[in-house]
Amino acid sequence: MENLSILTHLDYTLMTVAIGAALLGTVSGALGTYAVLRRQSLLGDAISHAALPGIAIAFLLTGSKTPLILVLGAAIAGWLGTLLILSIVRLTRIKYDSALAIVLSTFFGFGLVLHTLIQRTGNANQAGLDTFLFGQAATILERDVLTIGILGGVALIIMLIFWKELKLLVFDEGFAASIGLPTRTLDILLTSLLVIAIVLGLQAVGAVLMSAMLVAPAVAARQWTNRLRLMVFLAACFGALAGVIGTIISSTASRIPTGPTIVLCATVIVGISITFAPNRGLVWDWLRQQRNRRNLKIETSRN
Amino acid sequence: MMETAQIEIQLIAIVTAVACALPGVFLVLRRMTLMSDAISHAILPGIVLAFFLTESLSSPLLILAAAGTGVLTVVFVELLQRTKLVKEDAAIGLTFPALFSIGVILISRFAENVHLDMDAVLLGELAYASFNRLEIFGYNLGPVSLYVMGTILVLNLAFILVFYKELKLVTFDASLATALGFTPTLIHYGLMTLVSVTTVGAFEAVGSILVVALIAGPPATAYLMTDKLSRMLILSAIIGSVNAVSGYWLASIFDVSIAGAIATTMLLIFGLVFLTVPNRGLIAIARRHARQKWEFAQTMLVIHLFNHEGLPEAEAESAVAHLHEHLSWNPDFTTQVVKYALNNRCVSQDETLLTLTEHGRTIAQQALVQ
Repeated sequence: MENLSILTHLDYTLMTVAIGAALLGTVSGALGTYAVLRRQSLLGDAISHAALPGIAIAFLLTGSKTPLILVLGAAIAGWLGTLLILSIVRLTRIKYDSALAIVLSTFFGFGLVLHTLIQRTGNANQAGLDTFLFGQAATILERDVLTIGILGGVALIIMLIFWKELKLLVFDEGFAASIGLPTRTLDILLTSLLVIAIVLGLQAVGAVLMSAMLVAPAVAARQWTNRLRLMVFLAACFGALAGVIGTIISSTASRIPTGPTIVLCATVIVGISITFAPNRGLVWDWLRQQRNRRNLKIETSRN
Repeated sequence: MMETAQIEIQLIAIVTAVACALPGVFLVLRRMTLMSDAISHAILPGIVLAFFLTESLSSPLLILAAAGTGVLTVVFVELLQRTKLVKEDAAIGLTFPALFSIGVILISRFAENVHLDMDAVLLGELAYASFNRLEIFGYNLGPVSLYVMGTILVLNLAFILVFYKELKLVTFDASLATALGFTPTLIHYGLMTLVSVTTVGAFEAVGSILVVALIAGPPATAYLMTDKLSRMLILSAIIGSVNAVSGYWLASIFDVSIAGAIATTMLLIFGLVFLTVPNRGLIAIARRHARQKWEFAQTMLVIHLFNHEGLPEAEAESAVAHLHEHLSWNPDFTTQVVKYALNNRCVSQDETLLTLTEHGRTIAQQALVQ
């Protein structure tokens, strides 16, 4: 009987983690679609790194380790970082990639300075740097799942409310501006949604790998369809799938960290999609070439 | 009086910063800065595998293996791009997390008993860089990393000096370079190999995330200050060095992470230049906008006066008290514009009436012709 109760307990933990990872995958997959289509795939990387000083300042100010407060700090810092990137690009001749790299690395460096300050005060109640970098999916509790579900749900609902506007922003920003849509506000809205997805994901996969959670599901989904609606839906599904499979695989053996496993699962889904997706996939492309070659041969032999 | 260790650490920091800034200039100009971010993360599995073989973090084999992984990353990204199914940014965003994940899994699966600290790889610790010393026949020749980074700096410098013309051409006009018979691919891979080697050499000192600050920060700051490639290279090297030294002192005053402090001063220096640099800085832009506002208003005023000059209604149209009605401006603004125009001697005021000066008339005529 005792063994059985341990088993159900394990399963329960695993289930909580899997549900959390699936929710995260859904939210980041759906929102990542916009980032990938706007060629801002690496914005997620910048936001997740830029979040570190926010977490440290939130901790220094409040002295508490409550996830919601730290998440708020992370979100504010990530958001500020993005704003800085956008204004550097708008106001100087420095290109997007350099602006991104500067904000990403220097914000992170500042976070590191604050972190060593916290460590030096000898406060046992540290905001763990390792957790921030690599995530700790195994520590996802029911409470966290609830937070992810509510905040992620809100982000997705906002995405659906502004569906038409965001679609126009993604595919034809100039036209959107010409018919009077506030493109800069929409840009900030979209970025804010992205920030929410990222700070939620930090706990599970960590800062370094968060960008993959945004990019991989969206790139995979892109191969199967040309329609935004289907692409967002598929990306959400792929994200959830990667989350669940990654969690299960990492639970089968000891010392397989969950975050990187989830990322590798998402990468495998991308590999499969790129190879086998109808119309766009590599296999399909090869078959088409063979058919064309054959047809060409038949035609030349006829003449 | 500075201790030897302090001088050594600062030397290592300067050499690392300059070694990173030089290839960084070309990455910034070619819009490929994020490749350095990708490389610095993706070398992890290379480092881990080589570490399993050599059990040392500073063996040359490790640097080679890691640099090889870096070049492999570049190849992966380009293969992905070449399928035309994935854009460049997404290709980078897919490749490095996957490789990094493999590295993390390898470490946590197998490296439990070996001494390989993830934090050391990602964050670096400059303060420890001078512990590992080069000793030949019992003579202490100084810290190993100073030699490693020094060699890499010389390598980078040599590559840039030898291929300066080619690099310049490929950077600013790749198609012309191809037409003239240079192979941009060769230069590209040469540069990428350098970036990989530099990143690997630097990660021990500053860690793989902050390497990006040293590669992107000084060149981007220098890019705001000059239009000449040679000047940009020199400025980047200077900014990198200043940054390294001030970061070191900031760190030792507040007793915080040196690498983090260097990145923080990078942000400060960049911000300072971004604000104050002549012509391109925020302050210069704001002043230009303000001046343009007044000049535009002044032009409107002289055109208005010019249109009615010598006509019967001129007296009513040029009365200072009623100008704001004719131009539909608010009265305060109108007073300021009149003052601005008077200062510039575009108009002259006789009691209540404004008349154009010769100078003002020319401005109005020119504005109308345009």
